[in-house]
Amino acid sequence: MSAYDVEPGDMVHPGDPVIVDRYTAGARINHWITATSLVLLGLSGLALFAPSLFFLTALFAGGQTTRFIHPWIGVVLFFSFGGLFLRFWKANLWKAEDGTWLARLRDLLTGHEERLPDVGKYNAGQKIVFWAMSILIVVLIVSGLVSWDEYFSQYTTLEQKRVAILVHDVAAIAIICVWIVHVYAAIWFRGSLPAMVRGRVTGGWAWKHHRKWLRELVTGKN
Amino acid sequence: MANFEFVLPPPPTKDVTALYGEQDLVRRSASSVPAPARKLTEVAKLIDVSKCIGCKACQAACLEWNDERIPVGENVGSYTIPSDLTPNMFTVMRFTEWVNPETQNLEWLIRKDGCMHCEDPGCLKACPAPSAIVQYSNGIVDFDHDKCIGCGYCVKGCPFNIPRISQVDHKAYKCTLCSDRVAVGQGPACAKACPTHAIVFGTKEEMKQHAEGRIKDLKSRGFANAGLYDPPGVKGTHVMYVLHHADQPELYAGLAKDPRISPLVELWKGAGKYAGLAAIAAFAAVGFVHHLVTGANRVSREDEEKAKQLAEGQSS
Repeated sequence: MSAYDVEPGDMVHPGDPVIVDRYTAGARINHWITATSLVLLGLSGLALFAPSLFFLTALFAGGQTTRFIHPWIGVVLFFSFGGLFLRFWKANLWKAEDGTWLARLRDLLTGHEERLPDVGKYNAGQKIVFWAMSILIVVLIVSGLVSWDEYFSQYTTLEQKRVAILVHDVAAIAIICVWIVHVYAAIWFRGSLPAMVRGRVTGGWAWKHHRKWLRELVTGKN
Repeated sequence: MANFEFVLPPPPTKDVTALYGEQDLVRRSASSVPAPARKLTEVAKLIDVSKCIGCKACQAACLEWNDERIPVGENVGSYTIPSDLTPNMFTVMRFTEWVNPETQNLEWLIRKDGCMHCEDPGCLKACPAPSAIVQYSNGIVDFDHDKCIGCGYCVKGCPFNIPRISQVDHKAYKCTLCSDRVAVGQGPACAKACPTHAIVFGTKEEMKQHAEGRIKDLKSRGFANAGLYDPPGVKGTHVMYVLHHADQPELYAGLAKDPRISPLVELWKGAGKYAGLAAIAAFAAVGFVHHLVTGANRVSREDEEKAKQLAEGQSS
């Protein structure tokens, strides 16, 4: 199997309905550690970002503990996402059909998915989410380390720290917006959630949304 | 007694009630405050750099009153000890040796550094913890350590680089202008201890008038650029300096020429905050409306059949 978008463990099981293995147990655990970290970072970060949301510090046992725990969760997220990156980067490389798919995004959102080209394991939207997350997480960890006074205060100037906090905030807002797109897509495309929960989707789901990938998996079996 | 104006009153020997308190707050970090019923007279500390002899009595008095201790310092080639403000040392005399190019005189410029109690306090504006930083209508900016979360945003907000975060209890510390002493009619401990009255304390108006006299005196003695340091960029301060070279405040161990809250901090705490929250709300709202309008994207029975045919066709 040489298709760029077929990942280890991807497999078709004929039956009624057809079942397609999409994510290994390792990938799912990796994903949910990342997801939990991202949500916790969002909540603790927003608590420190906007005074109107300071009450969220109660979820982390107070302001002092929120301030303490936020960067450590960031470290967990960085390494956890690093794992996801290594698993998924190849299947998220940009291909010719992605440009066409994206140009017809309007058709997808207005209920004409049949007008979109067949795509592999990930469509252009998913690829954009993947790369946006990757870039923003690097920006966040770098700007976050500069703002982590407890350990790194002496390595940067005050002005650099001011820039870092502003960059950190902008990147954080951006990643929350990307996260909303990601979560919304998982809800809107019914049948997607089982991919990351049980690791499998139905054949119909794969046929409808990732036909090229399904074909590759079927032909690859021979 | 001409040189000893603004002699502070002796400590009270009977119980006294505080002259101001919670009801006199004009600003509270990360929260709003009801408009106070009265306006206290603005106070100020005036530090006349030209009268300072560098004895450090102010530092000792500060440590004494605030019950702080600092470790034995290291000599870093300067009389400035400790070499910077610390979470325990709220004021530091900064020593600068400067050769005046006009007179070729070596001038020893000694500036007592510490919180300037800005009328427009950057620390307070940057602080995310409700009520951890407060400003009284007399101009004093104070920290409430019970509410401080140790994030260090005040350090980024401050145009004078004053607050320091303790690595012991992870809270921010700085000069309080002896808020507790002022509340019972006393002046700051440093002013009380200053043997040359280089540090005086009173109402802001009195201090400005006093400074005028000092500046006139300095000008008559050849310091043509002597002046008052009460920077308008932070809407004035409640700790002011008389400088012999007021045109070059940077000479005094890098005192900011035109201090103001960094535009980065203003953006972060101002428009950025609202734009950020609006962006998040907009993304969530668009998703919600889209789902409402189009309904879920469901896989049909037909799709499952197609997948079955494909899977069976190829695997048979």
